[in-house]
Amino acid sequence: MTIIDDLKKNKILGLLKNEKRIDGREFLEPRSIKIDIDLIQKANGSARVDLGSTSVIAGVKIQPDKPFPDLGDRGIFICTAEILPLAHPDVEPGPPGEDVIELARVVDRGIRETGMIDLSKLVLEKNKSVIGIFVDNSIINHDGNLFDACSYASTAAILSSNLPTWELKNDQPVLLDEQSIVPITTIPVSVTMGLINDYIIVDPNSDEWKCMDARITMITNSNGDICALQKGDSGSFTYDQLKECSQIAISVGSKIRKTLMQYKINS
Amino acid sequence: MNKLGNMKTNITLLDKDGIRCDGRKIDELRKISLQVGILKNANGSAYIEFGNNKILVGVFGPRDVHPKHLADTNTGILRCRYHMSPFSVSERKNPAPSRREIEISKVIKEALQPSVILNKFPRTVVDVFVEVLQADGGSRCAALNAASVALADAGIPMKDIVSACAVGKVEDNIVLDVNNEEDQAGQADMPVGYMPNLEKITLLQLDGILTPSEYEKCIDVAIQGCKIIYKIQKKALIDKFFKGDIA
Repeated sequence: MTIIDDLKKNKILGLLKNEKRIDGREFLEPRSIKIDIDLIQKANGSARVDLGSTSVIAGVKIQPDKPFPDLGDRGIFICTAEILPLAHPDVEPGPPGEDVIELARVVDRGIRETGMIDLSKLVLEKNKSVIGIFVDNSIINHDGNLFDACSYASTAAILSSNLPTWELKNDQPVLLDEQSIVPITTIPVSVTMGLINDYIIVDPNSDEWKCMDARITMITNSNGDICALQKGDSGSFTYDQLKECSQIAISVGSKIRKTLMQYKINS
Repeated sequence: MNKLGNMKTNITLLDKDGIRCDGRKIDELRKISLQVGILKNANGSAYIEFGNNKILVGVFGPRDVHPKHLADTNTGILRCRYHMSPFSVSERKNPAPSRREIEISKVIKEALQPSVILNKFPRTVVDVFVEVLQADGGSRCAALNAASVALADAGIPMKDIVSACAVGKVEDNIVLDVNNEEDQAGQADMPVGYMPNLEKITLLQLDGILTPSEYEKCIDVAIQGCKIIYKIQKKALIDKFFKGDIA
């Protein structure tokens, strides 16, 4: 932490004691979420999400692929994330660090574990040929809480994707001239909470992100079940705090789910 | 890693008497053996056998930081490397660190961090090296148990020991300490790291679906498991430093 971060931490703490946040939000209030879809015509689906000033573009590419050896009856889903060097002065090009790897894996886990996409419907021929859905997130402006921004962008992009159809001719997939929609079972919503001196705040911005003790990302499905969790940073939570966090994730998440729902294409 | 796998086929994960595929009851841990101080060159070390997991941990430091720019003038830093030997799993694993290993390294580091006091050692680093010689389900928890006692063995000032175990959901039952088969075919897997004296949770992950009440029960069950493991960790340290003289 730099001296500036130290000073900011004191400021943020002082405000929290008076039940205020540095950008004027309530403790449990996420930043405004703005979503634009279909920005990239070459992709099967795409979305730009602005969570406050954190901005992410997610693109979906759908193409035939070989299944994983132990999962021959399921399509493939892979989600990645990259913080572009233009997103923040501190970001340098190069192989991904542990933070970015964790980010991509947590976003991937949220969509995978909720079972958002019914992968069993993406099989062309069992054990031979399946459809792969690849979601790549490019972070174009970094203002904290990339977890939720990437999760919303990926979800909106998948919901608004067209699913091309293929059939196998002589074991080769041939693209047909019809489109359908991605088989969706539920809508995951990620809610990340920061813990600063035992204050729980939703959707920390980058100032809060730098000085929080611990964070937790909780991903819920449309039924209000908890489907994926990731605790991060060097602090710890009590049992009661974790219980409170799960309640927050469910209630805040259900509002955000309504926003995301609007981007679902109906058949 | 896949819980959606088609391996469900022939194993019964939980029979009608509530006995699991490896003969345990739903609230029973696997067999654990833990030894402290088994590496000569390391400042602290531990070896754990947790079910079929066999894991070595070596701790070095506090020592100079390389590369130097990582040094912090206010406090010592903690680093962790979780690595799986190529022969530790059925299919040979590429020895280069995978994305999974990098994530687990980070999660273990952040789980240990609340337990150590490094502000007395500015500009230094404490390195924790975890080598998984044989992997079964729940290797990150097993590794965390060994790493925490290895830090204590190295004489690093600590607030508490971190104990860890995973809980899961199998055939709609909450089970303690999921093994490999249950991890592959079960409905949920939730590793938990816990400081038993401070009553704080330092590691928490989940994949799989839990209702809010199952989620609370899972944390509860995990904490009970961690308390049992804590006794094993304490005994391993006493065995090394007092040759078992003090109970």
